[in-house]
Amino acid sequence: MTDVLPGVHALLLAADPQGPMNFWPWLVFTAIKMLVFFTIYMLGVAYLTLAERKISAWIQHRHGPNRVGWSGFMQPLADGVKNFMKEETMPPYVNKALFVLAPMLAFIPAMTVWAVIPWGAPWASPWGRVEMVLADLPIGFLFIIAIASLGVYGIVLAGWSSNNKYALLGGLRSSAQMVSYEISMGLSLIPILLFTGNVTLSSVVNSQASMHMWNVLTLSIAFLLYFISAFAETNRLPFDMPEAESELITGYHTEYSAMKFSLFFIAEYANMATQSAMLATLFFGGWDVPFTQADNTGAVSFPLVLLSMALMMAKTLFFLFVYIWVRWTLPRFRYDQLMSLGWKILLPTGLGYIIVVASLMLGLDAAGIERGFVYGLIFLGVNIVLVALFMVFLDRGKILSAAYGRASIGELQRLRDITTSRTRLSTTAGD
Amino acid sequence: MAITVKVVDRPIEETSYVRATLSGLANTLKHLLDPHRVTTEYPDEREAISRRWRGTHRMLTTEDGKAKCVACGLCPTVCPANCIKLVPGEDEQGNRYPLVFEIDEFRCIFCGYCQEVCPEEAIHLGRHYENSEFNREAFVYDLERLMAQTHPVTELWDPADPKGE
Repeated sequence: MTDVLPGVHALLLAADPQGPMNFWPWLVFTAIKMLVFFTIYMLGVAYLTLAERKISAWIQHRHGPNRVGWSGFMQPLADGVKNFMKEETMPPYVNKALFVLAPMLAFIPAMTVWAVIPWGAPWASPWGRVEMVLADLPIGFLFIIAIASLGVYGIVLAGWSSNNKYALLGGLRSSAQMVSYEISMGLSLIPILLFTGNVTLSSVVNSQASMHMWNVLTLSIAFLLYFISAFAETNRLPFDMPEAESELITGYHTEYSAMKFSLFFIAEYANMATQSAMLATLFFGGWDVPFTQADNTGAVSFPLVLLSMALMMAKTLFFLFVYIWVRWTLPRFRYDQLMSLGWKILLPTGLGYIIVVASLMLGLDAAGIERGFVYGLIFLGVNIVLVALFMVFLDRGKILSAAYGRASIGELQRLRDITTSRTRLSTTAGD
Repeated sequence: MAITVKVVDRPIEETSYVRATLSGLANTLKHLLDPHRVTTEYPDEREAISRRWRGTHRMLTTEDGKAKCVACGLCPTVCPANCIKLVPGEDEQGNRYPLVFEIDEFRCIFCGYCQEVCPEEAIHLGRHYENSEFNREAFVYDLERLMAQTHPVTELWDPADPKGE
């Protein structure tokens, strides 16, 4: 231990000479950051379960949990205690080693990715520059994609080791789904890579700040693809095929109980939080304070750091709300619909969009337009057109007309003709 | 017989996904923001129950605190669930009274026949439903327990309109 830490510090210094401060402040700040970030993360994930139950209740005109603590505020604590006290069941026919390993494999990647998300502008502390990120890895969001997709191993192994047909089906579905959507997720990130020229999340944030425009405006299609894939990656409705309560009991965690089940549950919510933070960072400016340049000058004062962290937090919470909101609105996809959306729509769109973005960038660079606001505006204009086209394509031209409403007389007659020409299954004598 | 799947002929070219999704989201958001709640928060608030609600039994008493029951045996006879146990006794004046009167609330189907058949208006069903217990034996109510109940009794018919006209 005593040899490793200075070694890590020396390595970081070698990688980035302006990076970490002296050894001891670096050690102390890293420890504090770990403590604070992961405490907030775990508490946030716990309270996410409460938020899910509360929002679902409100949508359905119910109260939600309101007996434990103030209006149910201590409910996550009670749930945690309950999960620790419950019986750990170990069905006799499971593969014991994998059965125990699977929840860990789901849980650990979900926790790990949190370390690389930048939470605020760097702080100009008296001891040197403090990055508001645990590890600003040079491989950036590639790390997140790589590690987050490891979570599928936990799910597949859980389904396999349970020796239960529902669990196995859940595991199979999840592997197929995550593999399919990982591709479009990766493809949707390539335009950002082209734009930023770097994969570190802090440079993604900085490039959006220097463009004076969020990536959601300049790379809208990529945002849509990422947004849809993020739902599929976290197994949330309408993509919750691996769980599918009404078909598969609960899919891959059918045989799990107590804390082992809880680990899967925490992993799902942790993935949601990570994907929300990713959406906020990649497409919504991250911690950048909009309309100001004060926070983009390198290290800043502590109140500004707090402001930037609050903004990042607000964006993340908004996407978490969207996750929950969508879950309680949309029904589940059918399996073939899910696959055709992933492979036939998202994948070609992602590929095509990369070509469009790349050629547009090439054209703009050839025209000598500097990276900046005008550059962003041109991209915005192109994207408005592209989004409109994409929506019309996705919706078979119906986006501009009403989804439902009174049919015209001719239309009504046509529908009636279809109905009368169809053979009836049962005819009533009284007709 | 072969299993056939009914394939619904949906007019696919007529349907819109994006707009339907968005209007669904708008709908749930509308309900989310609506402060109206349909829940009755049960232990704190209760729904009003009908005057004809047939719940936990009650044995009415005379003014000197004795059960009105004269052990005539009509209620165990009429009881379709066979849940009333009655052992009649007789005192020195020749008045009949129940030595044992037990109702098994678990067997009871709360039909109200005992109340209807009772000539003395002694046994009644009550407007009361919170009669859960931790063991099955506790569901057998003896005479003291039936007399100790204080909840309002069931009106099997409207007193203003006894013949149901």
